[in-house]
Amino acid sequence: MAEDTRTRIEQLIASSKVLLFMKGTKQLPACGFSNAVVQILKKEGVPFETFNILGDPEMRQALKEYSHWPTYPQLYVGGKFVGGCDIVSEMHESGELAQQLRAAGVK
Amino acid sequence: MPSPESVRSRILAAFPDARVEVTDLTGTGDHFQALVVTSAFAGRTRVEQHKMVYAALGELMASAIHALALTTRPPEAPAQPKDP
Repeated sequence: MAEDTRTRIEQLIASSKVLLFMKGTKQLPACGFSNAVVQILKKEGVPFETFNILGDPEMRQALKEYSHWPTYPQLYVGGKFVGGCDIVSEMHESGELAQQLRAAGVK
Repeated sequence: MPSPESVRSRILAAFPDARVEVTDLTGTGDHFQALVVTSAFAGRTRVEQHKMVYAALGELMASAIHALALTTRPPEAPAQPKDP
């Protein structure tokens, strides 16, 4: 991965306490798994930003390497990788997601 | 396109003691659902557990498999370790 791409990812992750890298947008998700995480974040009632990886092929490839995670969506909270749709769903149901959002100061 | 059986055997090759259930969600060999229960997950976070399964699937994950809904846990875990 190019150094400037890595810097771009780090700046992006630092720019928002809750950042969802997804297929499509918050308003128009392009994939059921991405949509599921958008709905969970809405239920948690926290502000969040989204990044559409479909509009950025370089980021789409680079973030997989950066996160060591092969699929989208990918959720970052407080600069840390939380997981994909399955993990975020389990954590939402167990209350762990709310706990992490509180720890990050957004809930 | 991989079959559910081939996905299952790839996972079993990495975790011989595992209970593995794989379903082809769409019948098209590219959207799968998998349950993996193995002692190899003991003490690992969910993110680590999923990464171990992705590693076992190797290049299948980067090419043929478009989506994999994953449930992972150690056998009869009393409580999940917290993700970092």
